Amino acid sequence: MKISVQREDFDSGLEVRHLSKDRGIGAVASFVGVVREVPMTLEHYPGMTENAIRKIAEEAVARWKVIDCTVIHRYGDLKPNDQIVLVAVAAAHRGEAFAACEFIMDYLKTRAPFWKKEHRPEGTAWVEARVTDDAAAERWTEAPKPTALGKKRR
Amino acid sequence: MKVKLLFFAGLREQLGTSGEEIELPSGVTTVAGLRAHLGTRGGQYATAFSEKRLVRTAINQDMAAPTARIKPGDVVAFFPPVTGG
Repeated sequence: MKISVQREDFDSGLEVRHLSKDRGIGAVASFVGVVREVPMTLEHYPGMTENAIRKIAEEAVARWKVIDCTVIHRYGDLKPNDQIVLVAVAAAHRGEAFAACEFIMDYLKTRAPFWKKEHRPEGTAWVEARVTDDAAAERWTEAPKPTALGKKRR
Repeated sequence: MKVKLLFFAGLREQLGTSGEEIELPSGVTTVAGLRAHLGTRGGQYATAFSEKRLVRTAINQDMAAPTARIKPGDVVAFFPPVTGG
C-alpha cells in the first residue's frame, strides 16, 4: 500500500505499473481527480492527512480483498486541468476493484482533512462542503457488500 | 489542564491564528465544552464557534465527536468540513 500527500504532480500510468505484481491480481481500477475551471489552493493538516487516508485505504482492503492500492493526494497551488488525486486499486476481480476505488474516493472527500480555496476573478473563497459528499460516503454504511460483480467467483 | 489548539483553513483565517497553547478551566473536559468555552471569548471566536457554524474537530489527529473527552497535553484541531478529493 502506498499513501502519499505531496505538492508534486504524479504519473498515474507509472503508479499503476508499480502496484503489486501479485499473481492473484485480475483487475486494477484507478481514478484521477482533476481541477475543474478554477485555480485553487489546497490546504491540509500534515500528519493527520496521511493517517486518515491510510485508515480509509485499510478499511477498503479489509472490505473488498484488495490486494494492493495507491492513494496520492496533492496540496498547494493547482490550476485547471492539474491532477489532484489518484486512487488505484488492485484486486482479483473488477467488481471489488471498482467498489473499493469508489469507496476510498467517497471517504476521502468526507474524512481526509483537505480544504480547497478557489481563486476566482471576483476574489478568493473557501469551497463549502457539499451535502451530497456526505451522502455519497454514507451509502457505504447502509449497503452490505456492494455489487454482484464482486461476488462472482470462478 | 493544558492543551494545544490548532485552527485550519477558513477558521484559521477568521481567527487570525493557526493555534495556541491554552489552560482550560476545570469544567471544560469535552470537545463541545471546549468549543463553548472558546465562543465565550467573543468577537470572531463567538462567530466561529457559534452553534450555527459547522465545525469539525480532531483530537491528536483523529476525528472526534462533540462528546469526546479531552486529556492534558492533547492536540485539539478545529476546522471547517473538509473539501478535498
